[in-house]
Amino acid sequence: MKDTFHIDREDAIMAYDYEVITDDFSRAGEASSDIKKKLRQVGIDNDIIRRIAISTYEAEINQVIHSLGGRITLLIRPDRIELFFVDRGPGIENIELAMKEGFSTASNKVREMGFGAGMGLPNIKRCSDEFYIESEVGSFTKLKIVINL
Amino acid sequence: MSRFLHSVTLEKDYCNGCTNCLDRCPTQAIRIRAGKAEIITERCIDCGACIKACPYHAKGALSDTLDMLSQFKFNVALPAISLYGQFGLEVDMNKVLNGFYQLGFDYVFDVGIAAELLTDYQSMKLKLPETVKPMISTYCPAVIRLIQIRYPSLIENIINLESPLEVAGRIARQKITEITDLKYEEIGVFYITQCPATITSIRKPIGIEKSCINGAISIEAIYTKLLRMYDDIEIKSNIQKCSGRGIGWGMVGGQSYAMGIDNYLAVDGIDEVVRVLDQFELGKLNDIDFFEGYACVTGCVGGPLNAENPFIAKTRVRKRSNKEGQEFNMDEYKKMPEEMMQWHVDIEPFPVMKLDKDFKKALEKMAKIEELLQILPGIDCGACGSPTCRALAEDIVMGRMTLDGCAVQNRKK
Repeated sequence: MKDTFHIDREDAIMAYDYEVITDDFSRAGEASSDIKKKLRQVGIDNDIIRRIAISTYEAEINQVIHSLGGRITLLIRPDRIELFFVDRGPGIENIELAMKEGFSTASNKVREMGFGAGMGLPNIKRCSDEFYIESEVGSFTKLKIVINL
Repeated sequence: MSRFLHSVTLEKDYCNGCTNCLDRCPTQAIRIRAGKAEIITERCIDCGACIKACPYHAKGALSDTLDMLSQFKFNVALPAISLYGQFGLEVDMNKVLNGFYQLGFDYVFDVGIAAELLTDYQSMKLKLPETVKPMISTYCPAVIRLIQIRYPSLIENIINLESPLEVAGRIARQKITEITDLKYEEIGVFYITQCPATITSIRKPIGIEKSCINGAISIEAIYTKLLRMYDDIEIKSNIQKCSGRGIGWGMVGGQSYAMGIDNYLAVDGIDEVVRVLDQFELGKLNDIDFFEGYACVTGCVGGPLNAENPFIAKTRVRKRSNKEGQEFNMDEYKKMPEEMMQWHVDIEPFPVMKLDKDFKKALEKMAKIEELLQILPGIDCGACGSPTCRALAEDIVMGRMTLDGCAVQNRKK
């Protein structure tokens, strides 16, 4: 069986990769902002762009706050957009709990900066047509979302 | 009439082809071609950032002159609210407003009065359950056009409210029709303005079919005339009727102050507006009720066609606003119908950043842009005449430029 999180670049019309550096708040949001700009230029529907922008931003911020560094991959296919967020880091202990609105493990420092309200993952799920998450404590978190065009 | 009609213009003789304006443009609408700046008209939002940036005063705004008054039997002046910031506090503003009679106008109507009416209407709108929040103010037309081009998903947040100048024009026309037998076309209504974006709005309005304003004269153009004649101005009528609420609209935060609300966000300067709208689009401002954004730093008192320094003018507006208090006699305007203050035409997105109508072709172009970016130096020097290396890559792919335009690339050869 094919792995859900396998990044299949072969059939993609376009593929982009972004490195996300942990704790670098000054650059947080750059990847999602670039993705938004690209999708606007290729003429994707505004509503879809907004959903992608919100989920990419939330996932990017998650990597900055929680991980030890990660990577975002954007695949544009004729009928859908696929986004992969793969990081190295502490992983998520209880995914079910992490999916609950308002649940957060963010530090006070992060909260003071206006992040870590515990809306990230639920928000991402709400914005996507398909949502997959996998994590291993002490090792990684993988997230894949699909948005149909 | 085409949408691509602009008040911001370029005087080629003055332009020396420098790159000062290039990267100030929030929609990347400027290119330097053959040693002169050019404006990509469909991208221009008339914010005036380039006018302010140009050290040679090559950028200007198409405005009308007092000569145009001869075309009408009866002329109305609508002095912009920012006029309140152009004169020292010792100056009697009612006297200044009376000065417009001496400039050849037959009637003067303070735009601040329209701002008072819109304040109440806006407050009422804010309380309606169907209003999408944060409600975006329509006061700055450059910000509205920016949203149409760069933030189309925020269009639903725009409150479909008319601008103070248009409302002022309608009230003035109504009053004159009541007291005279003049026909609509015999009355000339002129906005005395600081703002190139409103000049565009008069010629090609947003949200309505046709403006009731006939022309726009810049504050710059009449400022010295008013100063010179000040001592001799004869006070014929009480024109300044608005309170501190109306005057406050001249500066950033003024609308929220007038509405007496606390949960608002007021942003001035087009670059900062862009940053905040980016956050807005990500849903980060959903707990805010009201957003007022201005292309110009300090708000309308920072408009490029003003005479006074924006910060000095802002302080004056604030002081005058405080001095006048918030008492305003609404009785005279109670019968103003709501339709008079609303937009009737939907605000459409303008996807001018799109590379191609066809999704596949757009993707191909995007791929070519990425290839070109590997070759280009990435230093965004502007020597090619495009604002950034990425913009040059786009220009090449769109057939507006060739790779030879890159000076750094040529040197390598």
